[in-house]
Amino acid sequence: MTTKRLSIQRYLPEQSKTPFWQEFEVPFDDSTSILEALNHIKEDMDGSLSYRWSCRMAICGSCGVMVNGEPKLGCKSFLREYPGTISIEPLAHFPVQKDLIIDMEIFLEHLAAVQPYLINDSQDSNQTHKQTPAQLAKYLTFSDCINCGLCYSACPQFGLNPEFLGPAALTLAHRYNLDSRDQGKAQRMVQLNREEGVWTCTFVGYCSEVCPKSVDPAAAVNQGKVESAKDLLINLFKR
Amino acid sequence: MQHQDADIVIVGGGGAGLRAAIAAAEHARKEGIEQRILMLSKVYPMRSHTVAAEGGAAAVTSEEDTLEAHFEDTVAGSDWLAEQGVVDYFIRHAHRELVQLERWGCPWSRKPDGSIQVRRFGGMKTARTWFAADKTGFHILHTLFQTSLKYPEIERLDEYFVLDVATVGGEVAGVIALQVATGELIALRAKSVIIATGGAGRLFQFNTNAGIVTGDGMAMAFRHGVALRDMEFVQYHPTGLPGTGILITEACRGEGGLLLNKDGYRYLQDYGLGPETPLGEPKNKYMELGPRDKLSQAFWQEQKAGRTGKFADSDVVYLDLRHLGKAYLHERLPFICELAQAYINVDPVTEPIPIRPAVHYTMGGIETDAQCETSLKGLYAAGECASVGLHGANRLGSNSLSELLVFGRLAGEQASQRATATAYADIESLQQQVQDQEKQVARLREANGSETWVGLKREMVQAMEDGCGIYRDEQGMQRALDTIRELKSRYQDIKLSDRSRIYNTELLQCIELGFGLDIAEATCLAALGRRESRGAHQRLDEGLQERDDINFLQHSLVFFNVDAPAQLRWQDVDTRFSAPAVRAYGDAGKGA
Ligand SMILES: Cc1cc2nc3c(=O)[nH]c(=O)nc-3n(C[C@H](O)[C@H](O)[C@H](O)COP(=O)(O)OP(=O)(O)OC[C@H]3O[C@@H](n4cnc5c(N)ncnc54)[C@H](O)[C@@H]3O)c2cc1C
Ligand code: SF4
Ligand code: FES
Repeated sequence: MTTKRLSIQRYLPEQSKTPFWQEFEVPFDDSTSILEALNHIKEDMDGSLSYRWSCRMAICGSCGVMVNGEPKLGCKSFLREYPGTISIEPLAHFPVQKDLIIDMEIFLEHLAAVQPYLINDSQDSNQTHKQTPAQLAKYLTFSDCINCGLCYSACPQFGLNPEFLGPAALTLAHRYNLDSRDQGKAQRMVQLNREEGVWTCTFVGYCSEVCPKSVDPAAAVNQGKVESAKDLLINLFKR
Repeated sequence: MQHQDADIVIVGGGGAGLRAAIAAAEHARKEGIEQRILMLSKVYPMRSHTVAAEGGAAAVTSEEDTLEAHFEDTVAGSDWLAEQGVVDYFIRHAHRELVQLERWGCPWSRKPDGSIQVRRFGGMKTARTWFAADKTGFHILHTLFQTSLKYPEIERLDEYFVLDVATVGGEVAGVIALQVATGELIALRAKSVIIATGGAGRLFQFNTNAGIVTGDGMAMAFRHGVALRDMEFVQYHPTGLPGTGILITEACRGEGGLLLNKDGYRYLQDYGLGPETPLGEPKNKYMELGPRDKLSQAFWQEQKAGRTGKFADSDVVYLDLRHLGKAYLHERLPFICELAQAYINVDPVTEPIPIRPAVHYTMGGIETDAQCETSLKGLYAAGECASVGLHGANRLGSNSLSELLVFGRLAGEQASQRATATAYADIESLQQQVQDQEKQVARLREANGSETWVGLKREMVQAMEDGCGIYRDEQGMQRALDTIRELKSRYQDIKLSDRSRIYNTELLQCIELGFGLDIAEATCLAALGRRESRGAHQRLDEGLQERDDINFLQHSLVFFNVDAPAQLRWQDVDTRFSAPAVRAYGDAGKGA
């Protein structure tokens, strides 16, 4: 079996406050993913290597890392795609806790901040709403986000200011705003209109490029800007 | 020593845990009382394995469908080992739960008029499976997680690994957990505890399950004297991808997918599932829509007869979806197209998908009564870790997502109810237990023996695959049991290479292996004891190839012993509504 060299950024805070690089030579074939390579290293070479993973099928969102400087899901990137030594680092723009494990708390706070649930005044009914396939299609792609955080690593604005709600949270807000069953838009716009809301985005668009689930957060944020502009304008007239 | 109090502690943030948390919060509000609900999970809730469920959730929905039909399908599917009172409760409450999820925003797939769309699933008489494209579990989990954010009384400790439940005076007193980010232990005192830790598919080498599905909660309850019930029944899903085991959902067959052997022949007609149904006209309970145990067994027979193909090192058969066309596949099965392309480089639009059976679901689990309470007062269990009695010897696809909701809710309400009338246990006794745990964890972290968790784990999954596979025999199971017992003793001589506290994932994997070995032993014991063939437990031994209702219309119960081997006992099955009958599919099952 042929092998490939992985260069991994390690960080062991109990030993040293400075990260270091370590190289491993791992066997691979056509189907070997970065995650499988990491598992190989952990199981057969260095048991202290730490990283997150679970589903290994690109749906749980645990395994984001930088591969040759690009945010990727470890389980959906394959060694065969990279000639030469592959560098692996923790996701950019997040504080690192150990090796490839980053601190996700700020991401979760941003998600919670946009009130990501249906808000409407039809309590306790035991009937489903009607929602046509066309109404569903309006928001469905935006509901496919697996919370992997890759888009935050791609976003220069989040890198500058972690208070920026960021692509995934703004997309989630937009997903609920577009849902025909929802009446909570006015409440969510308060968050979107803030300085750390949609207006921080300078439309780089890299977030959509790296998204492993084709959620297109850039489109959501952009549409959010249009909504926010309308909202601000209306508020201006109301005054 | 850190310590916190919560009225209700929930271990697990998957579908069952989240549903329980919301139900407890709603219950407390309705009663006008304040309760603190604390949910712990070893991964962020949305990473839980519920996220991977693809196909859908069952409930009687259409005009033509009846509750009786769903009941009959579930009981026959279970090979009459389901608790019939529990099944009855389940089929009556499933629909209401799916509606509730709709009210919370789940993007269910719809008909043109805006009402709910249902699809066919194996072993079900008629189409009754709700779905959200082929990412049903993903959407259910995210809807529940996001909805849970509405309730300030639900607090979470994400990335806390629960090590044990604490008991005082024979009742539950809380749990002991390790904060993964720091390695610190914490005592959580509670009036009720719900275990919702999911299945144990990772006991086997080749499986569809996520890395975290290691049976932790089952082992915790087991070690406290709660029985593990029906552990011999392990479901093989007929369609996993070769190599990884990644699941290709049964919905593919519900939508009309065909299973072919290497000669392009629809071999299922040779295994009591025929006659062949015409292309584009899938028929419930026929051919590709037979139940999972039968389909996995048919694969094994074809493999023996040399009629399977090859994909890399794996023997495979083929799932053909080509006739469904690109547009339909991309609408109904987009995730399947993505997975096949990414992991085996096959485009289902133009090529059949090579597949093989893989361990998928743990039918057995923590024994509970019909209200989700275990024999340990105040300890509840729900979801795949539990055996409330719904699945018996074989689970029907799409019944378990509904189970998470129906019984997650019930467990949450029961736990909340109990907490209104119970006081916290004495803290000193709890702290003693934490100190004991602390010593054990410290010992493990410093362990410097001659075995590695990786080596032991590899032997365990191999032994289980060999001994407790699709078909089993006395010798093979005995060998597996012997191996597991040997591994248990070698586990005492383990060595860790990572001695850190912060995110010591090796330590956690090592603890998971310890849990796994206990459950593996229970599985082998129950399998050996069941001297008949039923549902997912099929024996090749002479005279034991048929179901034997005279001797084995019984649940197996395995009990833990600290210093002696675990012990097997038997328990009557509730068959109050439907007496055991022949379990037949295809034309042979007409009218059933
Ligand atoms: C690939 C796949 C597809 C499936 N598709 C379907 C389908 O279409 N329809 C259907 O009905 N069923 C399906 N199933 C089955 C169904 O998805 C599962 O049975 C169900 O999701 C299990 O949910 P749960 O809440 O019990 O556990 P999980 O979702 O597995 O959650 C377990 C939780 O417990 C936590 N936990 C575990 N151990 C510990 C510990 N020691 N300390 C702290 N926390 C812990 C985990 O972090 C996690 O949050 C599928 C299963 C698989 C594997
Ligand atoms: S939008 Fe895409 S990249 Fe961003 S968190 Fe969601 S799935 Fe990941
Ligand atoms: S391991 Fe779940 S997304 Fe990669």
